[in-house]
Amino acid sequence: MTRDSRYPTLSADAMASIRAVFFEECEENLSALETGLLALQEGAEDWEIINTVFRAVHSIKGGASIFSLDALIDFAHLFESALSQVRARELALDGGIIKTLLKAADALTDLVRAARVGQEVDPAVVAPLIDELANLVAVVAEDDDGFGDLAFTPVPVTLDSLEGPGSSTGLTLHFRPAAELYAKANDPVLLLQELERLGAMEVTLDRSALPMLGDLQADESYLAWTIVHSVGDADAVREVFEFVQGDCQLEIIGETKPLLPQAEIAPAAATPVEAPVASNSQAAANPGQTIRVDLERVDRMIDLVSELVINQSILIQRMAAEPLSNRAEVNAVLEDLDKLTREIQDSVMAIRAQPVKAVFQRMSRLVREVEAMTGKSVQLVTEGDATEVDRTVIERLSDPLTHMIRNAIDHGIESKEQRLAVGKLAQGTVRIAASHRGGRIVIEVSDDGAGINRERVRAIAVERGVITADANPSSEEIDNLIFAAGFSTSEAVTDLSGRGVGMDVVRSSVQALGGRISVTSVEGRGSTFTLSLPLTLAVMDGMLVSVGGHSLVAPLTTLIESFQVNAADVRRLGPSSAILTIRGAPVPLLDLASVMGFASDQTESGRRVALLVEDDAGGRAALLVDEILGQQQVVIKSLEANYRNVPGVAAATILGDGRVALILDVSGILALQRRTFATPGPQTQAA
Amino acid sequence: MADTQTIDTRELISFRVADQEYCVDIMSVREIRGWTPATSLPASPAYVRGVINLRGTVLPVVDLAERLGLPTSVPSERHVIVVVWIDGQLVGLLVDAVCDILAVTQDMLQPTPDIAAQDVQAFVEALIHVEERMIGLINLDHVLPASQSQAA
Repeated sequence: MTRDSRYPTLSADAMASIRAVFFEECEENLSALETGLLALQEGAEDWEIINTVFRAVHSIKGGASIFSLDALIDFAHLFESALSQVRARELALDGGIIKTLLKAADALTDLVRAARVGQEVDPAVVAPLIDELANLVAVVAEDDDGFGDLAFTPVPVTLDSLEGPGSSTGLTLHFRPAAELYAKANDPVLLLQELERLGAMEVTLDRSALPMLGDLQADESYLAWTIVHSVGDADAVREVFEFVQGDCQLEIIGETKPLLPQAEIAPAAATPVEAPVASNSQAAANPGQTIRVDLERVDRMIDLVSELVINQSILIQRMAAEPLSNRAEVNAVLEDLDKLTREIQDSVMAIRAQPVKAVFQRMSRLVREVEAMTGKSVQLVTEGDATEVDRTVIERLSDPLTHMIRNAIDHGIESKEQRLAVGKLAQGTVRIAASHRGGRIVIEVSDDGAGINRERVRAIAVERGVITADANPSSEEIDNLIFAAGFSTSEAVTDLSGRGVGMDVVRSSVQALGGRISVTSVEGRGSTFTLSLPLTLAVMDGMLVSVGGHSLVAPLTTLIESFQVNAADVRRLGPSSAILTIRGAPVPLLDLASVMGFASDQTESGRRVALLVEDDAGGRAALLVDEILGQQQVVIKSLEANYRNVPGVAAATILGDGRVALILDVSGILALQRRTFATPGPQTQAA
Repeated sequence: MADTQTIDTRELISFRVADQEYCVDIMSVREIRGWTPATSLPASPAYVRGVINLRGTVLPVVDLAERLGLPTSVPSERHVIVVVWIDGQLVGLLVDAVCDILAVTQDMLQPTPDIAAQDVQAFVEALIHVEERMIGLINLDHVLPASQSQAA
């Protein structure tokens, strides 16, 4: 059956937007599903949780059928059947079953994500779960077909065989959709199909309201159905109509009609739900007091508020320069304005803030997968799930966390045998904890594994030339060597962490976010990685410097120190290179004015202030500047939006005087210099 | 008489660049504003004067005189920036002054003769003669050639 013919009045745009909303809701449902299952795993046998889990899968199935996502529908249906047995207490929830359900949730997530981008999931991934679920349900998924022609047949249709003795229970439903039901892209056929999953039924079409063709309004609703249903559970029936409440007339009459006995209904059908559960589900169906807002609108608002903050600081600067007779009054008003703007800024940022829970939740799936691959037993503990951070940071937190957790399980946690041998519990623990500290978010990933093997790390570092053989690093320095480029602590390249990327990649991605990462480790007790990140990527702490009459911002995360340059410490090397010796270590000295191509009336030797900076890979350089103007929080503005990427420039910002200042891309500048001077300068690796 | 207003009629904004007159389609113009000092960008062509703050948007400014190989002057407050929309990007064109709004029909557009310098020819897609004036219609797609190829 083709979908298009069914929606003659819905434009492709409308369909696309409904589809987008469906997938958004899917994500929410998947998240609710996993949260619920994890809570059940913790031992909370709460009927409300089971109900929530059931509803999540049910909603995904319902939405999927609108878009004919068959693979998704079939799997969700099977999943739902298993859950409905749990709900009906026919299936006792034990650890094994919850594990299967969790794996099914993972597979459902894959199916949804694949459907979203119009792809197929490898059947080999889903097939074993289908078998497992089917075993739980003890029946193969019931056949979905037999309804295809219903949509186009305006005559009474018998949906199931009617022979057989009468059942003592049964309902008669009068169902008349309102025009709104169709306007919201609901489809009576799907509802009828859903009803049929509950049990056998007889459907009669009432077309008495249908006008003559000439008077037919395309967007009106004329049809009604009378359904004689074998299942007597009015609540289960109402649940089918949960999503169209208010958009239809639904009358349920508890009339008894001879139909198929319930025992002969396909076993996969949902079994009657206990009354209190059903009433709970009604209450929980209403979400909290939230609204769904297009992200672009929020971003636009954040942009506007940043403008307001800048404008406000320009105003304050200008007013300070004005000769005013009533300065005290004006200042009082300006101070109020200042306070208000900051409050607005905070509130607007709070709109985009999200709890880290979303990312942490994804990690529990990762742990399950890595557990399966390594044969280790690991428990994931999360703390501070509710800690909020800007969604731009959330989005980019997933990769480094994934890598760190893989690493913790693969390299940190010992095998069960080893653990038992040293008197630990066979099951290892990986803990992720988030908290706010000093205007930043701090995330700790710790394991109770063996800790960093410093002997080995040192040996590898020497072998790979990261440090010299006679270097004598402290324990802490050794621990942090694992972040050096090209370093990997794995004994053997494993399937998991040994993909040629190591902790140096994690460090770069964290630094790209304006963050820092460090590690502490106790041998035999485990390691703790500490990530510190800004709360938002929209603003950044920077050091404002002046070079050749231009203001530039150096990101504070790249800055190690600033200092006065002593002419005696500068050595020329070749025609255009200069080397500065800082505490015995040679560092290339770059004149920022010439790097940035600024004409300057001041000669290089006239500049006496330098910033010691470090790039993502730990390479260092000293940048000569005219003057350090001070530390400042700046709003990050893209250059690419209206121009293009400029080498050596990360982004732009707007200063208090309304002018644009460029934000330095330290890694870019260092890379640029290495290329300019074909012969690389002295080793810039951190010693 | 209303019939003469065919769909072929285009409205153009003309401006003065170093004693010459050029124009762009009015539909691509977002706003016109006075000159404010630009922040220069490293590794950019000389005709890219830098970036300015357009109510929070970082706007690159192209010096049309420099772009066309004409004598340039130090921008002052009398100079004007014509903000145009080019293929999803906002770009400011630095000109001496805005002159006129012209309504022209397709037949008034004449091809740029071959004798013009290669650069200018790619940049000026047609010529318009109005009274005693000759106005070059600027092809906005070629204002930032480097960005076209590199940003792709």
